[in-house]
Amino acid sequence: MRAVVITYPGSNCDRDLVRGFELAGFEVERVWHKDTDMPQNVDVVGVPGGFSYGDYLRCGAIAARSAISPAIVAHAEKGGYVLGVCNGFQVLTEMGILPGVLMRNQSLKYICRVVGLRVTTSASPFTSAYGADVVIDVPIAHHDGNYVADTDTLARLAGEDRIAFRYVDNPNGSVDDIAGILSENRRVLGMMPHPERRVEAAQGGTDGAALFRSLLAEMSVA
Amino acid sequence: MKARVHVMLKDGVLDPQGEAVRHALGTLGFQGVEGVRQGKVIELDLDHQDAEKAEAEVKAMCEKLLANTVIEKYTVEIA
Repeated sequence: MRAVVITYPGSNCDRDLVRGFELAGFEVERVWHKDTDMPQNVDVVGVPGGFSYGDYLRCGAIAARSAISPAIVAHAEKGGYVLGVCNGFQVLTEMGILPGVLMRNQSLKYICRVVGLRVTTSASPFTSAYGADVVIDVPIAHHDGNYVADTDTLARLAGEDRIAFRYVDNPNGSVDDIAGILSENRRVLGMMPHPERRVEAAQGGTDGAALFRSLLAEMSVA
Repeated sequence: MKARVHVMLKDGVLDPQGEAVRHALGTLGFQGVEGVRQGKVIELDLDHQDAEKAEAEVKAMCEKLLANTVIEKYTVEIA
């Protein structure tokens, strides 16, 4: 299976994301934001964490309008898999691939620590290997992770079982403790916590590895 | 021709930064500040001659990039 990881100016988790995919068994190629085409036969696109364009204007806003963006949108629209982590989640909401917005943390503080995450649904290609209601430890590192959406969107996300992860102890003020959401076809996941920073023992734990394993298993069947 | 864009959070969207500013003003002894909302001002230098066209284009810029209309509203002034 083939994964692609995008790099923007200011991305700083792109290599970690590559490592996460590789450890699970993906073949990974890296793509620069100025490219306009995806490599052939890409199964999943990874949009990494970091501070693309220095978070100028709004987090992810400028990255979401970069040259590679139409190719990412096209990939998602034809049913391709997309994983956006942290700044990548912000980019996906700015592109309109996922609903809602990530606003400044309620405490106004940048928060960098390991948090408990509840796997809210196991019915997704990203979470099937966890099982529902399991709690995992994954790091967060963000200033703008406070998920906000209108009432209708929230009702739809909950009703369609599209909330992938919830914080056990809400660190940033996100509505309904939301840490990660799925697209309507469940093939796009955006999440603020960093599963790629929890894939090998040297990182202090491996709770993030099952996300990449889930994805590989799902695609191998599909 | 110059354009000035004001971007503000929509009413009802909680503004934690404005809230922090309001709190700080109270700490400094400024009484009676009931609410603070923080936004952005973006100034553009345009080579347009036609104010109407300039305004239409700046509005398109707001929709496409300058504002996130999920949570923000904007106004455009042409001068």
